[in-house]
Amino acid sequence: MLLKKILGHLINCKHATRLVSRDQDESLGRVDRLLLKLHLAWCAACLRFDTHTRFLREAMQKYRE
Amino acid sequence: MPAADIAAQLETHRGYLLRVAKLQLRDEALAEDVVQETMLAALSGSGFSGKSSLKTWLTGILKHKIVDAIRRKQREPVIASTLDDECDIEDLDELFRGPFSSWSTPPADWGDPEQALNRREFFDMMDFCLEKLPPNTARVFMMREVMELESAEICKELTITANNLWVILYRARMSLRECLEKNWFGGGEARA
Repeated sequence: MLLKKILGHLINCKHATRLVSRDQDESLGRVDRLLLKLHLAWCAACLRFDTHTRFLREAMQKYRE
Repeated sequence: MPAADIAAQLETHRGYLLRVAKLQLRDEALAEDVVQETMLAALSGSGFSGKSSLKTWLTGILKHKIVDAIRRKQREPVIASTLDDECDIEDLDELFRGPFSSWSTPPADWGDPEQALNRREFFDMMDFCLEKLPPNTARVFMMREVMELESAEICKELTITANNLWVILYRARMSLRECLEKNWFGGGEARA
């Protein structure tokens, strides 16, 4: 549990949200993808941001239709 | 199909096309020109195969007309300078604080946001939030999400770097998320 928390802190929320956004536009490198995954496993706020960002894409697709 | 029928069918989509063009170009007169060009191209062209919907086909034509218009506008120095301002990310840093740069105000629970997609008012709110974005930020976001241009294409059209593009899209997503949370998902009435 502690290890998970430490690993989750390798990147902070500011950094994580930038990765979440970039993930929508290109494929992240292996390191970034891993760091993001570790952070999202630990951080409920950023996990929500990830959900909201994906929802935004879906909403814009609907917007077009 | 007689030409008059086609024209009448095209006309039903004019409102939508104009809305998209206005959001992207932020210039009412230019948006109307671009939509008019799209209508004319649609009437004279024989490209509509009936495989996709008429609206999808029209959006495809509009996409090219908008990109052309932006390309012409891009030569005006005003656009380039405001684009630089919008690439500055410092002001977004205040959303995070503390030693771990964690959220000042963490995102709220949106419940089941999918339900909003069935409501017309939700898309009116989306328009409101899109209009609140800085002009170039909205334009880039629309190119990416509505026109579905790839990152590389957008960078090429607007002559911006990949890094600038991420910053702009990040800003757009942060702001839209916040705006929707405040005005739609935060209010009790919207969820009912």
